[in-house]
Order: sequence, then C-alpha cells, then structure tokens
Amino acid sequence: MGTVGRTSPNGFSPTAYLRSWNFADLPPAERAKVYRETPRDDGTLLREYEIYAADREIEIAPGLFFPAWTYNGQVPGPTIRATEGDRVKVTFKNLGTHPHSIHFHGWHPPEMDGALAGQEVQPGETFVYEFDADPFGLHLYHCHTVPLKRHIHKGLYGAFIVDPRRSRPPADELVMVMNAFDTTFDAENEVYAVNTVANAFMQEPIRATVGRLVRIYLVNVTEFDPINSLHLHGMFFDVYRTGTSLVPGDRTDTVMLCQGERAILETTFRYPGDFMFHAHQSEFAELGWMGLFRAEEAPTT
Amino acid sequence: MTRVLLLALLPLALLGVLLTVIVRSGPADAVRGENYPPVERLTFQRVVLEPGGIVVSVMNDGPDEIAIAQVQVDDAFWTFEADNGVALRHLGRTTMRIPYPWVDGEAHVVRVLTSTGTAFEHEIAVAVETPTPNARYFGVFTLIGLYVGVIPVAIGLLWFPLLARFSAHAMDFLLALTVGLLAFLLVDGASEGFEAAGLLPESFQGAVLFVLAAAGAYLLLEGIGAWLKARGRAADEGYRAWVLAVLIAVGIGLHNFGEGLAIGSAFALGEAALGTLLIVGFTLHNTTEGLAIVAPLARERRRVALGDLAKLGLIGGVPTIAGAWLGGFVYSPVWSVLFLAVGVGAIAQVIGQIVRQMTREGSAARMLARGPVLAGLFAGFAVMYVTGMLVG
Repeated sequence: MGTVGRTSPNGFSPTAYLRSWNFADLPPAERAKVYRETPRDDGTLLREYEIYAADREIEIAPGLFFPAWTYNGQVPGPTIRATEGDRVKVTFKNLGTHPHSIHFHGWHPPEMDGALAGQEVQPGETFVYEFDADPFGLHLYHCHTVPLKRHIHKGLYGAFIVDPRRSRPPADELVMVMNAFDTTFDAENEVYAVNTVANAFMQEPIRATVGRLVRIYLVNVTEFDPINSLHLHGMFFDVYRTGTSLVPGDRTDTVMLCQGERAILETTFRYPGDFMFHAHQSEFAELGWMGLFRAEEAPTT
Repeated sequence: MTRVLLLALLPLALLGVLLTVIVRSGPADAVRGENYPPVERLTFQRVVLEPGGIVVSVMNDGPDEIAIAQVQVDDAFWTFEADNGVALRHLGRTTMRIPYPWVDGEAHVVRVLTSTGTAFEHEIAVAVETPTPNARYFGVFTLIGLYVGVIPVAIGLLWFPLLARFSAHAMDFLLALTVGLLAFLLVDGASEGFEAAGLLPESFQGAVLFVLAAAGAYLLLEGIGAWLKARGRAADEGYRAWVLAVLIAVGIGLHNFGEGLAIGSAFALGEAALGTLLIVGFTLHNTTEGLAIVAPLARERRRVALGDLAKLGLIGGVPTIAGAWLGGFVYSPVWSVLFLAVGVGAIAQVIGQIVRQMTREGSAARMLARGPVLAGLFAGFAVMYVTGMLVG
C-alpha cells in the first residue's frame, strides 16, 4: 500500500519543516530579510516577520499537484515562535489573487484580529499585525477571509508557538501540522498528511535518539473532517493541551484534536527501531497520514 | 483532365492551409489562457480481478495530455505499476497493476488521481475473479451458452408440429406473436446498445457507431434475402418461408451473440456475479425465440426435416456461446456496441420480412389492424416483457 514514487527534491521538505521556526532553515542573509530580533528594555524581544500570501502549485503526493494558496510559498506557512511577553510584528503582504488575512490565535485587540469585516487585505496591499505573545502555549495562525473553508483548505495556515518565560526542558522539538487536501473540490479530502506530503515520513522516517526527550508541537487544521488524531505505536506520551500548562493533563498513546485544536506531546524513546505513528482514523491513515519514527541509540562518547 | 484534378485538389489544398493556420495560431489557446486547467478525461476500459490484485486498463479520452499520479483503492493510497507509463496523450492507454487484496463478493472502488488532483473512479459492484481463457472457463461459458442460447431455442422449435396444425387465423396470430417477440428484442437491443455506447470513450462516438452498424446489418441481410429468393424457385412459397426462417434464425443468432457478450463481459468488468436467476431468466426468455423461427414455416404447412430444424436451432442458439467467450476473455465496450447494433439491424430486417409475408398484397396497416394480429403482437411483446423481468 501507500503512494508510488517520491516528491521532487526541490520542493517543500516535510522533514526540514519539523525543526524550522522563525526561518531557521534559511541562510543568514536570506533570513535577515524576513526575520529580525531586537532586544527591548524589559529584556523581551521585538520579533519582526515578513509574511506574504501567494498562489502556488504544491506537490502533496508524488506527482500529485494542488493549486494552493500559501504563506511564503509553503504549506503549512513558516512556524512563528516567540517567548511569552515578546512583541510580535508581522508585516503581511498579499501577493495573491484573492483577499487574504492572518488571524492569530492568542491574546490580541480586535483591530489585530484579521477576521472582522473590512480586515481583509486586498491583493497587492499590506497590513501590519502587532501584538504581545501571550499566553505561552501552542497556537496557530490562519487566513480568516470568507469563504473560510476554501481559504483554509487551500493552505493558508501555520503554527504559532509561544514559549514560557522559563523555558521547557531541552528536547528534540518537532512541529507537526495535520492537514488534508481536497483535490477535486467536492468538500471531501483526497489526501491526508502531517506536514502536507502524503506518506512523507514513511519514506523518510523521523530520526530520534533513544533516551532523549522528544517534544511534538501538534496542530490540527484538517478541513471538512471534524476531528483528527495522532496515535504512536509502542509508546506513551504526556499531553499538554494547547500547551498552556507546564503540567501534563494526560498520558496516552492516542490524542484527538478538533479542527484548530492543538497539543504539545512529550515522550522519550525507550527502544531503538521503527515506531509507526498515524491518525487513528484508519481512512486518514490510508490516505496518507501515516509515518515512522526511527530511534537510534545515542552515540557513546 | 489536369483541370478536373486541379478543381478537385484546390479546396483540399485550401483546407490544408486553413488547418495549418489553426494549429499554428491556436485560437482556442487564446481563449483558454496560460493557467487554464487542462481538459482531463480518463476512461476505464477493462478491470481484471486476479488473485494478486486488480489490473486496470485506462485510456485518455480527453484532448490534453494527462499524467496519472497516484491510485487509491477503497479510500487508501495503493502502489501500482503501469505497463505503458503514466503520461498519456490523446487516446493513449496504459495498464496498471495494483496489488490490492480485494475481497470476493464485496464491492470496491478504484480511483485514479492525475497530476492535477482530478479523480476518475471505477466501481466494482461485486468482486469475482475474472476468468482467464483456460479449459475450465471455456467449459463454463460453453455451458452457459448452451443453457441460455442453444437449448431454449431448440425447445422452442419443438412447437413446430403443433403449429403446423393451426388454422389460418391462428397462424396470423402466431406470426404476429413472432413480430411482437422480435419487436421487444429490437427495443431491448437498441436500449442496451445505446447504454453500451454511452460507456465508450467520447472520441468513439458510440451512438453513431451503433446506428451505422445496425443500418449496415439491416441492408446486408436485405441483400442476402433478395439474393436467396432470386435463386430460381421464387414462386415456391415453401422455399420463401424457409428463407424467412433462416433470416429470422440469423437475426436471433446475432441478437443472442450480443446477449452472450453481455453475460461474458459482466464477468470481465468484474461487475456481476452471474446468478442462477439471471440464467433462468435468459433461458425462459429465449425459448420463445425458437417459436419465432419456425412460425413462418408452420404457416406454409411445409414439411421440414429434423436436420433442417436442427440447423435453424444452431444458427439461432450457438452464437450465444461465441458471444460469452468473446465477452469473457477479450471484452471491450466497442464489441458490445457493434454486436448489439448488428443484432438490432438483423431483427429489424426480419420484422420487415414477416410483415411483408403476412401482408402479401394489400395494405400492411390494414393487415396489422386485424384482431388476431393485434392480439398476437400484444401477446408476443407481453411474453417477452414478463420473462424479461427475470433478467432485468
């Protein structure tokens, strides 16, 4: 079973996306154009982002292309990560063919909501969203222009992580966005994935180290289906719903999230080898939302 | 002479120039623009269920090139191998082998996704292993052909001695009954033919193909009938009746070929598990066909040798077996359309012959309006309709 072939190596990499936030995947010169950190008097940072919307065809399974609407040419959009109390300033330029917006989850005044009437950013126009990163936790951002279903399932969403002031314990951190694509536009998804490309982590398992803490930032933006889930084989994990508490709320091997819901998961691999993870809706799993962790012993020094 | 040639070629040359201009300038592209999505059409031509999986033959029926990206079976991505690549030009074909563990007797949906995410689906209503041309399936199809075609037609022929004792009025009734039976087969065959034509790739223009093949068969049989009658003993009523019986047998044989094709192809398309009821239905249905073949002979009170009766039976019944073989082993919807069309054309010709024979001189309309004839027409149609319900 599974998909046939491999996606183009020049396109979006679900693996690189796992560990890239604040444009860390870009070379320094490129990164400086889209992301700047400026220390402020109270010890917090001003974090400035350049985000643009653009129409782009993306490869969601080998040889299968989807006419997406993207933030910065990728789906999901770049992960934005700040620390509680930082000032986030996002300059949003709409280079697409339809009106778009960015609606951040988190505390913000109504004029920064991006969803209210008149807050759409017309093609060619620019708007600056500015707010304090609050509360700490795992959030998301997405376009809130109507028709909402289409603007979301076409690809306008991304993860927004706010770290607590006293940072969480060091870990191998991974951003996973559960998403799906309706390629026939009949309000039913043909392709399900985590980080866009069907079966990507079956073909390129996620590397992990035995004994090292793994932290998964799990966001569900699946359109058309009310819920999605993650099930990890042979292991259990701590669940911090919405990431707004430092005390886990649950220890399980299957977590269910409704659309827009998210959770931070923490676990440590006990054994080396392959561990499957997938949606526990079998249909989603077989339509692409299935992958592997490959745990290896830590190198002895 | 040169001038005549020039006059003939000039319009053709101008047409060539026009075509070149159209291809070069692409007026359609000007309307479609750069980002206009391609017109994609994919037709499923044959679906074979093997122990190792599902083999799907598809054809690009659309004007633009398409690329098959992925295959899903029952809402699950599945691996596949394409024999002829995945990039298909206009009318390009490929065969995909999908190692899917299908379940006997259950339904499956095969969905092909192209590079643009367009989905083309084929539903397998009841999964059964597709017969391969081996001795066992040859045997099975032969047996089905015997049950459905040969034996019922032969049984129908056995009414001949009884029919030969009928009065003239009863004979009119009987011939009208035959016309009713045939008229039913005509409508039935035409409806099936157009249905099959609808399944053909659009480029094949199924409806036109059907009508042309039917008209061709009609005219061919008309020619053969005229030739047979012209062979001397034209005045001999008995001989004419024999020719008519042969023609009816040929028409029914062609129709039964189409029926055999339908039964065989139901296997081939993986669409139907052939039920006993269906075979029973066809058997009852086709017994009446034997009656139709011998009716004109009975009317002329002609003595018919047993061997001749057997010949008529074989002409009418045996094609069912051949149809089942062809449908089961090398099915293609084009064959269905063509053979159903030939059957329809043949039946139309036979109906014409019988009506002419019944009319002799005078008006056909007046002849048809007589009581026994009307009753016969109605009875013939009704018998077919009721037995047809078993098949439906």
